[in-house]
Amino acid sequence: MTLVRGSVRFGIVVFPGSNCEYDAFSALGTFPEAEPYYLWHKDHDLGAPDVIVLPGGFSYGDYLRTGAIARFSPIMQEVAAFADAGGLVMGICNGFQILTEAHLLHGAMLRNRGLKFVCHAQHLRVERIDTPFTRLLEVGQVIQVPVNHNEGAWTAGAESLQTIEDQQLVVFRYCDSEGNVTDEANPNGAVDNIAGLMSERGNVMGMMPHPERVCEEILGGTGGRGIFGSLIDHVLAAAAPPRAGAGAGSGAMGGRS
Amino acid sequence: MRELFEELGLTRPEYEGICRIQGREPSHVELAVYSLMWSEHCGYKHSRPYLKRFPAGGDRVLQGPGENAGIVDIGGGLAVAMKIESHNHPSAVEPYQGAATGVGGIVRDIFTMGARPICSLNSLRFGEIAELPAVGGAAHEGGGEPRQRYLFEHVVAGIGGYGNCMGIPTVAGEVYFEDAYSGNCLVNAMTVGLVRHEHIVGSRAAGVGNHVVLLGSKTGRDGIGGASVLASQEFDETLEEKRPSVQVGDPFTEKKLLEVCLELLHAGRFVALQDLGAAGITSSSSEMAAKGGVGIDIHTDRVPLREPGMAPWEIMISESQERMLAVVTPADVEAVREACDRWDVDCTVVGEVTPGDDDQEGGGGRLRVFHRGELVGDMPADALADAPTYTVAPERPAHEEDLPLDPAEWPRPEADLSEILLDLLGSPNIASRRWVWQQYDHQNQLNTVLTPGGDAALLRVKHTGVGLALCTDGNGRHTYLDPYRGGKAAVAEAARNVSCVGAEPLAITNCLNFGNPEKGPVAWQFSRAIDGMTEACEAFGIPVISGNVSFYNESFGQPIYPTPVVGMLGLVDDVTSNCTAGFKAGGDVIFLLGDAPPALDGSEYQKRRYGRVAGRIPDVDLAAETVLQGVLRRAIADGMVRSAHDCSDGGLAVAVAESCVFAGLGARLDLGAEPDGVPGRPDIALFGEAPTRVVVSVAPEVSASFRTLCAGALVPCARLGDVGGDRLELTVGEEACVVSVADLSGVHAQGLERALSN
Repeated sequence: MTLVRGSVRFGIVVFPGSNCEYDAFSALGTFPEAEPYYLWHKDHDLGAPDVIVLPGGFSYGDYLRTGAIARFSPIMQEVAAFADAGGLVMGICNGFQILTEAHLLHGAMLRNRGLKFVCHAQHLRVERIDTPFTRLLEVGQVIQVPVNHNEGAWTAGAESLQTIEDQQLVVFRYCDSEGNVTDEANPNGAVDNIAGLMSERGNVMGMMPHPERVCEEILGGTGGRGIFGSLIDHVLAAAAPPRAGAGAGSGAMGGRS
Repeated sequence: MRELFEELGLTRPEYEGICRIQGREPSHVELAVYSLMWSEHCGYKHSRPYLKRFPAGGDRVLQGPGENAGIVDIGGGLAVAMKIESHNHPSAVEPYQGAATGVGGIVRDIFTMGARPICSLNSLRFGEIAELPAVGGAAHEGGGEPRQRYLFEHVVAGIGGYGNCMGIPTVAGEVYFEDAYSGNCLVNAMTVGLVRHEHIVGSRAAGVGNHVVLLGSKTGRDGIGGASVLASQEFDETLEEKRPSVQVGDPFTEKKLLEVCLELLHAGRFVALQDLGAAGITSSSSEMAAKGGVGIDIHTDRVPLREPGMAPWEIMISESQERMLAVVTPADVEAVREACDRWDVDCTVVGEVTPGDDDQEGGGGRLRVFHRGELVGDMPADALADAPTYTVAPERPAHEEDLPLDPAEWPRPEADLSEILLDLLGSPNIASRRWVWQQYDHQNQLNTVLTPGGDAALLRVKHTGVGLALCTDGNGRHTYLDPYRGGKAAVAEAARNVSCVGAEPLAITNCLNFGNPEKGPVAWQFSRAIDGMTEACEAFGIPVISGNVSFYNESFGQPIYPTPVVGMLGLVDDVTSNCTAGFKAGGDVIFLLGDAPPALDGSEYQKRRYGRVAGRIPDVDLAAETVLQGVLRRAIADGMVRSAHDCSDGGLAVAVAESCVFAGLGARLDLGAEPDGVPGRPDIALFGEAPTRVVVSVAPEVSASFRTLCAGALVPCARLGDVGGDRLELTVGEEACVVSVADLSGVHAQGLERALSN
């Protein structure tokens, strides 16, 4: 396909306590096709995004419960509407926490089981590749993406867990370097080692690890590039004229090209 | 009955001095203000005469001591602002909030200068958290091991809690456990910022009629008297009563404050900016006025309060966190208000800049305090910022010795060498600090090239190709045995650590943690440590651009080890040309640079195995040190060096073991039949400590040229062995110390957690 510089628009939402918005911007800047821009939490105009990114941080301080206040912010009303219309939304860390609070994703976050903040390298096993977020990856592939959070023990009620299992909504699981999903490899006590989860429609995805931190070799790895690369690839494929083997474009769940 | 001024920490002569300056008895507000500004913490009464000895200038220095932070040029129109500061006493009383607000305070010092904070570091000291093999658990007046573990865990959580929320990565630091800190832990926090030259702003108030604007949190009763009550007195049984003097941190508010201040600074909306730290509005307004040679009027009734009914004196000295004071022209007030509204940050005009007083020497102005229109305080700003200084006659402490110890009087322990190595490597002072730094976000802002755990952290400066190396170093035990040599060694080790990652030392900031300065032995330690540090700085050609003094680190009359902590900044021209401490490949050749003979005196080995420290630590040969570091940096820049690791705590054996552990590779070394140091004491050869030693590994094909480079510069360079296998084998004379890398890695990884879970 033809790559057009700046042809995929990533709207990065900035809450007053966000602190990974510059990093998301900077990481996306390493992709020639990406055009990142900021969105202010008090605004209502999303600026015609292809993808909305909810970055890491502490949205409104998160003294109460992570993401509990962010859910009510003006911009989140627009993000929810955008998601309802099938728009692509990716939540990283605090962004994932906000997406669960906004009921755009199943479950909720508890404090890490060790009751301590964790920041370290982490292996993830890719569970789904038929998503806009992972289409350039392989099923069972192990990628290294660091975690950095205090409340990452994802959990959910029985009904949600059933839905997640039935529809296979888990995108990433914490694993060891060999891809084994073990309790030792689980940094926070998340149910079923769930590190990344998508909505039933497949257009909203949240993950606790930080792919934006591993997009440059000098920072210790490039395990995050496949995720942003997948999004870019998906959007460009959707915009391109229909080709054999690729989806016609409008569905979020485009096939692998 | 004690007089009010005594309750507030002032002496009678000081009180009489205040009466002379005022020409009358001071009002309540004035007395409160003087007591804070003339406290040791704010006034540097016992340290100012000594601090002048430090070299503070240099081609790169854009801002030396005296501002909120020092600033050095790093080229390309960019500069680095940095400072380290203590928050020892608040942390001893309430460890989480004490440490958190320590971070908050130092972060404000950096963005006050117009710089964006890019990383933080710290230096921590606590009492022993686990029994020593030599002595077993003793009762400590300041609290035994459980209390020390509590302090340590909560201080780490507090540092993380604040820094992580701010999005400022904590990239390096140090932590040591010694009995001497059991009643008085040390929490030193350092922050580093990046600023374009044209965005640097100062705290000098100017422009008569300009508004004085208070930004950030509302003012409450928290932290009233923190600087005088906590920071300028020793601890005793009233420790618990001092808890209300500790402030509570709100990193979310500070994050907003950071963003709005930088936005307004870069838009040129502030004439001057000053953060509110110790002594709150009092110190910030009087310092801004004194620096600018103008006066400032403060209207306390305009200050937004957290609780009603606060008296003017309380408002003036409250240490509520997350507040800044700015001087703004009337034309810019609306723009400031608009930006603050956007960030939901409170912003209130609380006063104005007034003319200097022509009658007064230097034309200084007055700090006037009004409450509902009534003048309740009126003081010359210069006098507030110029507390009286005291010089106490130094008195050499009785425990200091002229000669090194005689090893014959310290018989070799029964434990074999491998057992000692495993014990040291897993000891709380040497074991991996992963448990600590994985509670810190150390990657935010996407600059961290070398993560915590090595000799120094390395950050890239985006879009420039250059890198910044950073570390903190200090050894209280060494400084206790010989403050002059210890001070010198702290600077030398910090420089060596940044050199080990390939960076050239550029500047330091320091935090001087000492006991009660009114005592002769403490005065001696302070003066001698400063002399040693000064000599080292001069030898390396690096200035001290900022710093902080923390006195009264005593409990029940027992001072801490004198602990000067150095925060070092180094610069790498090409950030990709760096070096780490772990071995890289089997077959690489291991060299020891430097040949200072290792000593038992003051070593970690001495402390752990003999249960006490004594002797005299080896002196640093500054000429040899300078040359060694220069050769090392050059070899790294030329790509000759595969790994480099400073020999520090635990001596050569621990340094080599760490290089093995970091890599998962073994090594075989032979120190020779007659090792340096003491004949017949392989334990001292392996675990004794000496400055100016670095373990490097190089690829076999470059080992000859590496030797030539060292020989050409007269840097001692001994081939010790090779990297390879899955065991570490250290041979000294007839004896060998052989341990599997798996065992080394196990104790190193688990040591700290094991100590904490006891």
